[in-house]
Amino acid sequence: MTFRNPNRRKILKIGAAAGVTTLATPYFFSRGAFAQSMDYRNAPEGDTVTLGFNVPQTGAYADEGADELRAYQLAVEHLNGEGDGGMLNTFSSKALEGNGVNGKKVAFVTGDTQTKSDAARASAKRMIENDGAVMITGGSSSGVAIAVQGLCQEAGVIFMAGLTHSNDTTGKDKRANGFRHFFNTEMTGAALAPVLKNAYGTDRKAYHLTADYTWGWSQEGSIKKYTEQLGWETVDAVRTPLGAGDFSQYLTPVLNSGADVLVLNHYGKDMVNSLTQAVQFGLRDKQVNGKDFVIVVPLYSRLMAQGAGENVKGIFGSTNWHWSLQDEGSKAFVKSFGEKYGFPPSQAAHTCYCQTLLYADAAQRSGTFQPSEVGKALEGFEFDGLGNGPVLYREADHQCFKDVLVVKGKENPDSKFDLLEVVEITPREQVEYPPELLGGELGPYNDGV
Amino acid sequence: MLRTLSRSDWLLLIVFAAVVLTLPWTMQPIGAAYPDLLQKFAIYGLFAIGFNILFGLTGYLSFGHAAFLGVGSYAAVWSFKLLTMNVLPALALSVAVAGVFAFLIGYVSLRRSGIYFSILTLAFAQMSYNLAYSVFTPITNGETGLQVRAIRASAETPLRDGDVRIIDQALGVQEVGIPISNLFGMKMSGYPGFYFCAVLLIIGFFIALSISRSNFGMMLKAIKSNQNRLKYTGVHTRPYLIAAFVISGMYAGLAGSLLSITDPIAGAERMQWTASGEVVLMTILGGAGTLIGPVLGAGLIKYAEQKVSSWNEGILHDAFSLLPGPVQDFFVEFATLFVGEGWHLTLGLMFMIIVIFLPGGLMEGFRRLRRALTSGRSSASRTMSSTSPVQERG
Repeated sequence: MTFRNPNRRKILKIGAAAGVTTLATPYFFSRGAFAQSMDYRNAPEGDTVTLGFNVPQTGAYADEGADELRAYQLAVEHLNGEGDGGMLNTFSSKALEGNGVNGKKVAFVTGDTQTKSDAARASAKRMIENDGAVMITGGSSSGVAIAVQGLCQEAGVIFMAGLTHSNDTTGKDKRANGFRHFFNTEMTGAALAPVLKNAYGTDRKAYHLTADYTWGWSQEGSIKKYTEQLGWETVDAVRTPLGAGDFSQYLTPVLNSGADVLVLNHYGKDMVNSLTQAVQFGLRDKQVNGKDFVIVVPLYSRLMAQGAGENVKGIFGSTNWHWSLQDEGSKAFVKSFGEKYGFPPSQAAHTCYCQTLLYADAAQRSGTFQPSEVGKALEGFEFDGLGNGPVLYREADHQCFKDVLVVKGKENPDSKFDLLEVVEITPREQVEYPPELLGGELGPYNDGV
Repeated sequence: MLRTLSRSDWLLLIVFAAVVLTLPWTMQPIGAAYPDLLQKFAIYGLFAIGFNILFGLTGYLSFGHAAFLGVGSYAAVWSFKLLTMNVLPALALSVAVAGVFAFLIGYVSLRRSGIYFSILTLAFAQMSYNLAYSVFTPITNGETGLQVRAIRASAETPLRDGDVRIIDQALGVQEVGIPISNLFGMKMSGYPGFYFCAVLLIIGFFIALSISRSNFGMMLKAIKSNQNRLKYTGVHTRPYLIAAFVISGMYAGLAGSLLSITDPIAGAERMQWTASGEVVLMTILGGAGTLIGPVLGAGLIKYAEQKVSSWNEGILHDAFSLLPGPVQDFFVEFATLFVGEGWHLTLGLMFMIIVIFLPGGLMEGFRRLRRALTSGRSSASRTMSSTSPVQERG
């Protein structure tokens, strides 16, 4: 429309603009190539190595995110030889000496995932492209963890998953550059089912409320699978949006459904809200089918128990780690975390601390930060002294295998942190499964060059 | 009929193009010169320019523009999954789908004006978000987000997860590892991706400039200034409004597809009402009705989101390291409120200050500054100009 009267001047101008574009472009393409002169992405050049801590600071999982960040900062202190060393002293591998990693001081950058895949990827990209992070870790939501894991695979850096419990992280969506220390819903199901059988019998009708994303779907599937093997019947499974806040509309139908067990596949503030509302509705005082109505929260954390207060008493669930464990590693970690922050760490803090140490140790043992080399050092690595007993980083799916804790809300807590009691420690053999069970393909390592 | 662009318009376009293309150097001092953020500048700039065609020119405040952004993203990822990893079909498909979607929503919503129009668009967008989040999970993959899958070690392994890529398969293009969006073999991540977005931003800016200077644009401005009078003179305004709505929806679709092109994943949160609100903020922050303003606003918000949110205590201690210990601690304590997870607070304060003192956005600030520099005359002329940002060129 504006070219109705093309004249010489106009054409010259357009030509000039186009010329500038074409001339500038090749320079930029080669610019990227100069930046990657080493044999892997973000190879540290100075005397520091940068790690990226990508945690939710806002949203439904913000409490977990804050605790994860505390643990990361503690881990960096210990790696650099500050503080009391924490679990470095009890860790079975003695490669780390408290003088950084590979002779370089550990530095870190932080970012907010907002519990959204988009924001998390943008934040991780900033760390990789701008801050030169050689490893990304964090995430308090499996959706976010899977999205960031995919990004790290594309970019060619290692991803050490933080709190992510969905099977898919090291199942359907696993990636060669991604590693997970935390357990998954398959293990939760295998560990929790026998305890539920002993406590509630084999003739139960369950009603699921499920957070509507990969973790919720995964946990619903695993709990269904294992409870139906016991003889339980699943009446209904209703999906609720992440961060719903008010769950009353989902809780009302539960009473009329004929179910006598409510399974809450929620986490973080969602679980605090749904459990509190379920208890306020008087669900736990009801009698259905001649049995007491019970609630199960398959994935528990101390932070959530603290949020839900009185309501957690007597409710079963599973957890990756709990601060009341009495092994040397746990005691050392609780001590140094408590001295720095004044309260005990959550399971999210524990797994993030362990992941940082495990990465640093693998980098130290392989003598480089190159993702494929660090990855090989982690694959099949057996270690102890990090609070979970002997643990194996399985080669086939980059998943850690360790004992799983089944816990129960304490009836008479001694302090405001002492809210959960460990009912059973399910041994590692009982929760192991063949890697083919969850599908997916690791693919090749990507060093980003 | 159509007026051609004036000399100063061409100058504006050339300066704009030059500034956009040199961003990788000029953003260096403030630490924003890395591909992802630059891509976001260009993409959200495009989104805001499109939004401004509707809001800035007609005055119709849409609170649901993120729906078109989301639809564009999904369309692009599906094009990657079904057709080819080449970005051109994805672009075309996204713009077309967003255009059709905008026509459907616009046809209904534009029966009303003012607050009712805003509420209708908000309702449609929120509906789209909830559909994408749960009901349409097979198409959108819900909260996890739609991803291009089929990572594979060799070309013999078949594609999976609904990926077929008809065109790539027919042409014998077999990617190994993670499939990466490309423009005839040029990877669309990193700096090439930014330049692709930047060129589209400049084209988008040129189209918006032409629209703003055309008779059609004049009509839209007339609708903003007095729609009733226009109707009395016998002009049927609705076709103009629908056209503006569809064009602006297509811009949003284009922005959405660029988000997917530079990073092949599409999530429902792109359609949430907060995302719709964000583009309104960008436009108002920069200056509604101006051409450059929305791009500036977009840049400012994305910078705050990406960089201010990453400033933690360690960085603050470095920034204030010249001060003595206790004073430094005080400043760090105070500043911590506004950075890191407090970046929303910074943005909110900035927005309030700008809306209260500079109703015409940043562009009005620049104009006032220029006027103050060129002539130190009385403030009377300044206050007069602030009420009519629409007539401002550039």
